[in-house]
Amino acid sequence: MTRERLTHLKQLEAESIHILREVAAEFTNPVMMYSVGKDSSVMLHLAMKAFAPSKLPFPLLHVDTKWKFKEMIEFRDQRAKDLGFDLIVHSNPEGDKMNISPFEHGSKVHTDIMKTEGLKQALNEGGYDAIIGGARRDEEKSRAKERIFSFRDKHHRWDPKNQRPELWNIYNTAIQKGESVRVFPISNWTELDVWQYIYLEGIPIPSLYFAKEQDVVEYEGTKIMVDDERMPEELRKKAKKEMVRFRTLGCYPLTGAINSTATTLPEIIKEMLLSTSSEREGRLIDKDQEGAMELKKIEGYF
Amino acid sequence: MSQENNKIAMDIEGYLKEHENKDMLRFLTCGSVDDGKSTLIGRMLYDSKMIFDDQLSAAEGESKKYGTTGEKIDMALLVDGLQSEREQGITIDVAYRFFATENRKFIIADTPGHEQYTRNMVTGASTADVAIILIDARKGILTQTRRHSFIVNLLGIEHVIVAINKMDLVDFSEEVYNDISKAYGVLADELGIKNTYYIPVSALEGDNVVDKSEKMPWYTGMPLLGLLDSMDISKEQTAENFRLPVQYVNRPNLDFRGFCGTIAAGEVKVGDEITVLPSGKTTKVKSIINAGDITEDNRTATTQFAYAPMAVTITTEDEVDISRGDMIVHTKSLPRVSNSLKVMLVWMDETPMEVGRSYDIKRATSVVSGAFEHINYKVDVNTYEREQVHSLGLNDIASCKMVLTQPIAADAYEMNRLTGSFIVVDRITNNTVGAGMIVGVSRREEDAAKLSEKEYTDAERALNQYIRENFPEWECKVV
Repeated sequence: MTRERLTHLKQLEAESIHILREVAAEFTNPVMMYSVGKDSSVMLHLAMKAFAPSKLPFPLLHVDTKWKFKEMIEFRDQRAKDLGFDLIVHSNPEGDKMNISPFEHGSKVHTDIMKTEGLKQALNEGGYDAIIGGARRDEEKSRAKERIFSFRDKHHRWDPKNQRPELWNIYNTAIQKGESVRVFPISNWTELDVWQYIYLEGIPIPSLYFAKEQDVVEYEGTKIMVDDERMPEELRKKAKKEMVRFRTLGCYPLTGAINSTATTLPEIIKEMLLSTSSEREGRLIDKDQEGAMELKKIEGYF
Repeated sequence: MSQENNKIAMDIEGYLKEHENKDMLRFLTCGSVDDGKSTLIGRMLYDSKMIFDDQLSAAEGESKKYGTTGEKIDMALLVDGLQSEREQGITIDVAYRFFATENRKFIIADTPGHEQYTRNMVTGASTADVAIILIDARKGILTQTRRHSFIVNLLGIEHVIVAINKMDLVDFSEEVYNDISKAYGVLADELGIKNTYYIPVSALEGDNVVDKSEKMPWYTGMPLLGLLDSMDISKEQTAENFRLPVQYVNRPNLDFRGFCGTIAAGEVKVGDEITVLPSGKTTKVKSIINAGDITEDNRTATTQFAYAPMAVTITTEDEVDISRGDMIVHTKSLPRVSNSLKVMLVWMDETPMEVGRSYDIKRATSVVSGAFEHINYKVDVNTYEREQVHSLGLNDIASCKMVLTQPIAADAYEMNRLTGSFIVVDRITNNTVGAGMIVGVSRREEDAAKLSEKEYTDAERALNQYIRENFPEWECKVV
């Protein structure tokens, strides 16, 4: 029998499955973050493989900022039905009461309250000791510095200067009560790996990733989609139909669309490979201050 | 438009087909701040489109604030991700970066060169197949070259690429290149590094990085990227040396009990005779699920045959007691089982290592408590000299005797990086305080658990301490 080296995607897949099983074996109350995007979809697919023929040994948590694209919510609920996983949805009730809006309060306040605070609330309520997330090291410079098993103190804070050394495939999972670990099973995947894997494995993703005619307006330097009537009227009036798609999915007023004609996965990959700008260029929250992602992560953001 | 871009634009499906079968290579770069490491990485990333225009323009803005390169973009700012690193202009922690060619995906462990960050270099080296050691052509072999080479070799990296950098500053001299290559050859022999490759480069000007340099026609080898892309890193493995550290027991219903784990070495077939260690119980493989074969529609896909590094689930013919931390191996190739191990230990914490203190030792999937009974010697990573010491501080590397409270199935690190390595966790702070590699396994299987229950008199303890201090070569245990 001949034995070949595994292809890079098969090696990445095996590594991610190893990480997911390590979480299930070592922690008492893990949860997987599910943000409905392409990275979450890949992570969910890997988790289904890791524990087959069993169901997932942990629930999925979606922190709903209430400003997600409508289609993302529909897609999320459909996946939960098809795959039979436990889904927990949490929105910050105080933020809800205050009517926090990215249009009115800006991206920083909205993200702080609805995402970071909402996330911390959900984690405190659930008392999770391991929180699995779909972040990748190629996304942003500070992410390249983060461990796969990333320690968080009682206040969910990340200390970039005091991280546990992480060697071989041995992960330190020891924590005290109240502390937690954020785990990133697809750390070593790139945007291209994720797309290629989605293509090869036939993983379902929201159709917002594919180019369609949508109502879009220029807003703070990016092109955003009119997803509901909460968009201020003076903005909505300027909406024009354009052929667009999204490279990442977040809150609709904070996620820029790109003009595109890519309606299939190979076309999306082609467009990505020929693009000269990064995936997160359309994310306003990365740029609202210098070192924005690092600071948000120190505060507890993913 | 480059040839590759042309292919992408004209025939994306064909391009994807080619890229399905890429291989993966992990490497680390070693060199100090001024050796041009960041420039080299920046160039490899930029040339392979891993750095985009918006990231470049952000770095341009930051270069004005923190940069050290005048009007030019400071390449280091593209790769130094933390605020404090940008402010201080140094790399503090390991970062992992990626790029790909048509043949391979590369994972770079970008590690700092300063001596106080030795532990970070060890961290980066632990997963690398290849190391690139940068040497400044004007300076030749320095203390840090010796340090980096020692660590690379200690961590079992078999391929070392010596990139002799800044050739533009020595007039692309063949003589300088030859002198440094020769001197490094002596060093490599001293350490026993298996494969060395030498390339004269200028990271700043791009000579011999991606393209072959016209300024050094005397160099007939490949440029750096070509070498990384084509070198053979597959290791010879015997199929019998099957090792499966049991990671997780999968029990969806009463009829299925699967043992999940990542195959650390060798291969396994349905029907193979297997032994579970440390208990020593034997059975046969009934079925194998390769997690990679599972699809959304088929959650019960099975295979006849699996090999490292696949993530698998196996079921057994007999109902034997198998749990997390056990190791499943071929009955015909058993590793030694012991609780007394000779190890190389890298200390990674500010709090010194205490001989005799109890730590948690995580090896593959097993966590067992243990202690370092004795320090055989500490190695000076700059001179390779051995010293007698009584405790270990941050970044110290030493040969020790480790005794565990329970025996484990142990392979030497040299044979297997995944079953021969361990981390040391402080039982109070929970920090990862050390990393170790198994060098040898004692023949004598000792039962330390029983020993620790025995009561000793003060006189016996004093005698024990006297012997340990004055006759370390006896390797006497702490009581």
